[in-house]
Amino acid sequence: MHIKEESVERHTLSVVVDNEPGILARIAGMFTARGYNISSLTVSEITDDDLVSRLTIVTHASAPVMEQIIAQLDRLVPVHKVTDLSVHGEHVERELALVKVVGTGDHRIEALRLAEVYRARVVDATISSFVFEVTGGTEKIDKFLELMREVGLVEVARTGVAAIARGKEAV
Amino acid sequence: MTEKSGADILIETLTDLGVEVVFGYPGGAVLPIYDALFQQDRIKHILVRHEQAATHAAEGYARATGKPGVVLVTSGPGATNAVTGITDALMDSIPMVVITGQVATQLIGTDAFQEADTIGITRHCTKHNYLVKAPGRIAPVIREAFHIATSGRPGPVLIDIPKNVQVATAPAADPAAPVTRTTYRPVTQPDPEGIEAVIEMLAAAERPILYTGGGIINSGPKASEYLRELAALTGAPVTSTLMGLGAFPASSPQWLGMLGMHGTYEANLAMNKADLIVAIGSRFDDRVTGRLDAFAPNAKKVHIDIDRSSVNKNVRVDLAIIGDAGAAMQAMIDLWKTRGHQAADLTEWWNRIDGWRAVRSLDFDDGKDGVIMPQRAIRALWEATRDRNPIITTEVGQHQMWAAQHFGFDDPNKWLTSGGLGTMGYGLPAAIGAQLGHPDALVIDIAGEASIQMNIQELGTAIQYRLPVKLFILNNEYMGMVRQWQELTYSSRYSESYSDALPDFVKLAEAYGWKGLRIEGMQELQPGIDEMLAYDGPVLVDCRVAKLANCFPMIPSGAAHTEMLLGGAEVSGEMDDEAKALV
Repeated sequence: MHIKEESVERHTLSVVVDNEPGILARIAGMFTARGYNISSLTVSEITDDDLVSRLTIVTHASAPVMEQIIAQLDRLVPVHKVTDLSVHGEHVERELALVKVVGTGDHRIEALRLAEVYRARVVDATISSFVFEVTGGTEKIDKFLELMREVGLVEVARTGVAAIARGKEAV
Repeated sequence: MTEKSGADILIETLTDLGVEVVFGYPGGAVLPIYDALFQQDRIKHILVRHEQAATHAAEGYARATGKPGVVLVTSGPGATNAVTGITDALMDSIPMVVITGQVATQLIGTDAFQEADTIGITRHCTKHNYLVKAPGRIAPVIREAFHIATSGRPGPVLIDIPKNVQVATAPAADPAAPVTRTTYRPVTQPDPEGIEAVIEMLAAAERPILYTGGGIINSGPKASEYLRELAALTGAPVTSTLMGLGAFPASSPQWLGMLGMHGTYEANLAMNKADLIVAIGSRFDDRVTGRLDAFAPNAKKVHIDIDRSSVNKNVRVDLAIIGDAGAAMQAMIDLWKTRGHQAADLTEWWNRIDGWRAVRSLDFDDGKDGVIMPQRAIRALWEATRDRNPIITTEVGQHQMWAAQHFGFDDPNKWLTSGGLGTMGYGLPAAIGAQLGHPDALVIDIAGEASIQMNIQELGTAIQYRLPVKLFILNNEYMGMVRQWQELTYSSRYSESYSDALPDFVKLAEAYGWKGLRIEGMQELQPGIDEMLAYDGPVLVDCRVAKLANCFPMIPSGAAHTEMLLGGAEVSGEMDDEAKALV
């Protein structure tokens, strides 16, 4: 017997929650317990009293599962609002990566040149290394890292996706 | 302003919320609370023999009275022992508030004695949980916990209180302080457009069926009255899940019996052939639907549920109405009348249903040589007690399904069983809880000899509080449902399903101070039941029944409603891996 796989689509969710202890575990654990997937999760306080946090969750799911994910998130007691930005309308997604590249000579020059193309900033430099800071959509960062692998990438730290809807309306 | 200890604030808040009974077990991390309990007489504490039983007793109390069940246990093993009952309450939507002691805040995370990460462990088996770190937070958190446990889709809420927080003091709580949680707003009033749509669908349907569930019981006794009225107005047949039994009277001609895996032929066939299914407070659980792609293929489906996440979870529906089952049915009745709808002529539909009824799927042959068939024992118990409108609890297994099939329930809150989680050991503590809520009621736990041993220690609790619960064990010396599946799926290889080394239940009952009696053979059945009912106190009955009887009808796991097995001849053999993988 083999277990069947379902076809899935990428969704970016904004989840606004009360900033209480264990909220991250509650949400991440609900995904695990119900067999949903998390590709990326970012969280930070968003009000000046630090009482409310916003999570951006990137998940891959079929349409019926997506409907369940939203309903399951919505019924958690500390959750204010769940928005599926992928169906809400146009939205902007950004993540930031810090990329360490080690090398000398041609590799070093090529790394700098590519960084310029990708508008990556140099935030640290030694005789034989750079740390670049690059922001953009997930695909741009993936592409940048792919190129950096050719020229001496040794380490990467990514923030995961933060996302917001376009236009004047707040979700 | 005078200050009070956290423990005193807790007891005061519980009293203020109307709590009359707490089921619990003391231990190191709750000693301050137990001391506060000792010094008051408004709340009655019931000392169980195992924390799991405290949770089931609270469930039984809640299910029988409609009030939340309250549990008090210590840290570490106290909390972990309670986890099964908490999960059970989550699955069956039972309002419950569990208070656990925790090691002092400065010891949390140090692997202190009897420390467990109770909040982490119970995060996903509670509706919500809290760690209270300051005595001043106890009152508002307890109030919020009761609000959450009892509103919307009810469920268990846990509050973990470190020992130093129980001892530390804070200004006395303001009892009038409202619950201020803004993120929790369950929808109870249904959308009028949905009500309009379902009413028109019902008025136009040729083959409608009302598929009801535990949500109607949770909504309160009014909801059961609305269901009766709605059924009378529309003339539609009514079936129910295991959890919904009693919401509609089994004595009504419109009652088709329970549906699902061990439901009646007429209920399942009517679901399969209906053109409109109106689900009210039921959740299309896998025990009900059978094979999903063959479930009710020609029916429009309407789902009325208080929990949006229940909608489209297993079965896609044509219309969803989010709200309280009672409120929705009330709105439906009002609109039906306002629009002047008359019950459609459903004669043809009822004729088909009568044809399925004629199969008499619950019939069974009486045993040879005076052997008691378990179904016969339950029917006899029902006949002997029906005029006393008893509260029935069960354990889990064949006896539970036979009780659901053969005991007729005419009222809500009389049938207490572990449906979603299927917890063996539920019945005896649940009966204790129900009896505490209804001291004058006849409360009977219909049990199996295997299940009852999972919480048999509660015989002591019943004696201590002089609770006259009756424990009726259908003893067939097998974990019968396991054995039945092994016959169906594994060529009768009875792997570990024989109940070996059974105790002498009569002597065991007597050792605890119960009356014990044994029924062996048909000639003893009626006198034995009479003797049990005549005794003013707890009675254990060891009723010896046919050892190899199986529970029919049955839709095998993963089969369609139309593929029901009606009798034993069809059950034996080996199933393929796809079938073996289904529970």
